[in-house]
Amino acid sequence: MTVPDTAPKITSPQSAQPSDSAGKRTSVWSGLWPLAVGIALAAVMHFALPKLIGQYYSRIVMDIGIAMIMAVSLNIVNGMTGQFSIGHAGFMTLGGYTAAMLTYYGSLSIWGTSLKHGGFLGVGEWMFAASCLVGGLVAAGAGYVVGLPSLRLRGDYLAIVTLGFGEILRVVLQQTGKVIDDAEALRAATWSQFFPPPVGGAVGFDGVPKYTDLFWVYTFVTITVVVAYRLKHSSLGRAMISIREDEIASQAMGVNIARNKVLAFVLAAFFAGTAGGLFAHEAGVIVSPKDAGFQRSFDYVIMTVLGGRGSITGVMLAATILTALPEALRDFEQYRLIMYALLLIIMMLVRPQGLFGIHEIWQLWPGRGTRTDQKKA
Amino acid sequence: MADFAQTLMTALAIGSLYALIALGYTMVYGILKFINFAHSDIVVLGAWVSYTLANKILPMLGLNPHNPETPPPLWVGALILLSAMVACGLLGFVIERLAYKPLRRAPRLNVLITAIGVSLLLQNVGQLNYVFGASPQKMPALLPNIDLLRISLPSGDGYRDVVIGLVDVMIFATSAVLMLVLEYLVFRTKLGTAMRAVSFSTDNASLMGIPVDRVVSFTFVLGSSLAAAAGFLYVMKYPGLNQPAHSIWVLLGLKAFVAAVIGGIGNVRGAVLGGFVIAFVEQFGAFYISSNYRDVYVFALLIIILLVRPTGLLGSPVREKV
Repeated sequence: MTVPDTAPKITSPQSAQPSDSAGKRTSVWSGLWPLAVGIALAAVMHFALPKLIGQYYSRIVMDIGIAMIMAVSLNIVNGMTGQFSIGHAGFMTLGGYTAAMLTYYGSLSIWGTSLKHGGFLGVGEWMFAASCLVGGLVAAGAGYVVGLPSLRLRGDYLAIVTLGFGEILRVVLQQTGKVIDDAEALRAATWSQFFPPPVGGAVGFDGVPKYTDLFWVYTFVTITVVVAYRLKHSSLGRAMISIREDEIASQAMGVNIARNKVLAFVLAAFFAGTAGGLFAHEAGVIVSPKDAGFQRSFDYVIMTVLGGRGSITGVMLAATILTALPEALRDFEQYRLIMYALLLIIMMLVRPQGLFGIHEIWQLWPGRGTRTDQKKA
Repeated sequence: MADFAQTLMTALAIGSLYALIALGYTMVYGILKFINFAHSDIVVLGAWVSYTLANKILPMLGLNPHNPETPPPLWVGALILLSAMVACGLLGFVIERLAYKPLRRAPRLNVLITAIGVSLLLQNVGQLNYVFGASPQKMPALLPNIDLLRISLPSGDGYRDVVIGLVDVMIFATSAVLMLVLEYLVFRTKLGTAMRAVSFSTDNASLMGIPVDRVVSFTFVLGSSLAAAAGFLYVMKYPGLNQPAHSIWVLLGLKAFVAAVIGGIGNVRGAVLGGFVIAFVEQFGAFYISSNYRDVYVFALLIIILLVRPTGLLGSPVREKV
């Protein structure tokens, strides 16, 4: 396949032409401005959206953001590296539980209550953001462990291992202890009460402070998308894409297959972990063991496939559609999932390469990018 | 001793169910090289079709389907089993023609996604009120509740009765018969030879004049009817019938799939072996270690076997050529 030969830079397509001056491209600002714009946009959304469209729709926009992080990160493994992971929700739930434990027991021991502390960008919110990152790190560790078999196993077998990871995590989480629900009890708690961790067992982790808001969700979305985009256009990303296209050929070209595959897993798991942190702190959500199961993982796999393998904007669009659609069809509760299933089957029959194939949204119009590789996608 | 014997009996019955389902997974994988995620839903349909038929046929014979004291004659059970197998076989045929055949040349991931779509579709159509409904039901008893054998064996400091029920024996016997029929079909008939040829290489088989499409359809019909039989036998043992989209069904299908992988996917005898291995690990693990982690044993065993022997117990290693 031909990789679009745009420079590693997020700008409008015009300035991404090869004629662009090389000096300007390497400045730090050219790499960082999308991040700044994204976070500014997140702040605007945070203050404007709930007033414009109300709480219910803001919540859906929040869900869309979380789905975007999940789908874009899974796309690093499934779309770019060509591995097949169907345990992504496992990483998400692991990160979610970790983050929730940190904020819940952190708040309880510092402020004596598990309720939200501080306002916008207050102390509580920073603790929450840090917890999400720690959740991401823990998930990344798990991603390393799960990624290791990918060195020996290929294709479907790997899929089953990742599926097994999610299922094992689900069962293990079901065996956890009851949540310690006040500061006194927490102070009196012995270490043995933390093995297994008191995160609520099968009913889920209730009482987690509800920190997740549009600002934080879309800040993390921005980080994920920027990292994924830069990765896709870096030599590392090209190496990953070459593994997807032909493992043996890319090995012959000197690509370290083992390292790249595991790296893809670790990165994807990290972002899934942060998304889990956001999910666990969302209002109206009780993170529970069944979230680690394969059904949720399937949702994200479907998003990456519908969006197109390796297309970041395509996957984001698919995440938006597939999150919003079930909400729009909520009135037809019985038929909702039937339509969803039919959509999936028809989509695979009529447009198997996904919405955008391997392209980004701005490459879809003629003259702007390469479309010659369409049939390969 | 008594506990051991009892667990052994359960493991044999459950193992034969896993084996029956695993056979469907392994045959489809052997030929089309994709995981048919909709296979477990065929099992569910088999169970629900049996339930619906039993509720129709029993009143016709003047029996009350909700009274376990009056089981119907044995041929009723056999009739229901056969009808469920035929119905699900037809459904398997239709699914393959409509959903999978157009994707014969597509990337495997796409076929996998389609299979997930078909699975969701079957689950949710099955949940509709005018199909099977979304509430659990109780399967009428089709077999008399007889203990074939009741022996006292030492257990701990006393004696305990070990019961071998008619249901367990029937499950084991029916599965054994079906597996022998399949063994005959695959290894002794022309059609079976064609199946193995297609599984070896689709292109070469079609060059040799083998009607690939017909063989694939036949594989689906065969796998689906075995799944229906497994569904029927499952509700004979556990009459509490969960709604079609219940996660217990998906887990049943997953474990059967794990069995197929452990035995070496694509290998018909391996699937049977894997089914029993999984059932033994699950049942003995549940009894002697902790029943809370019964799913963990299965998946942990899967991961260990994949790491030690990536092609499964009976699978042959595939060498990759450039």
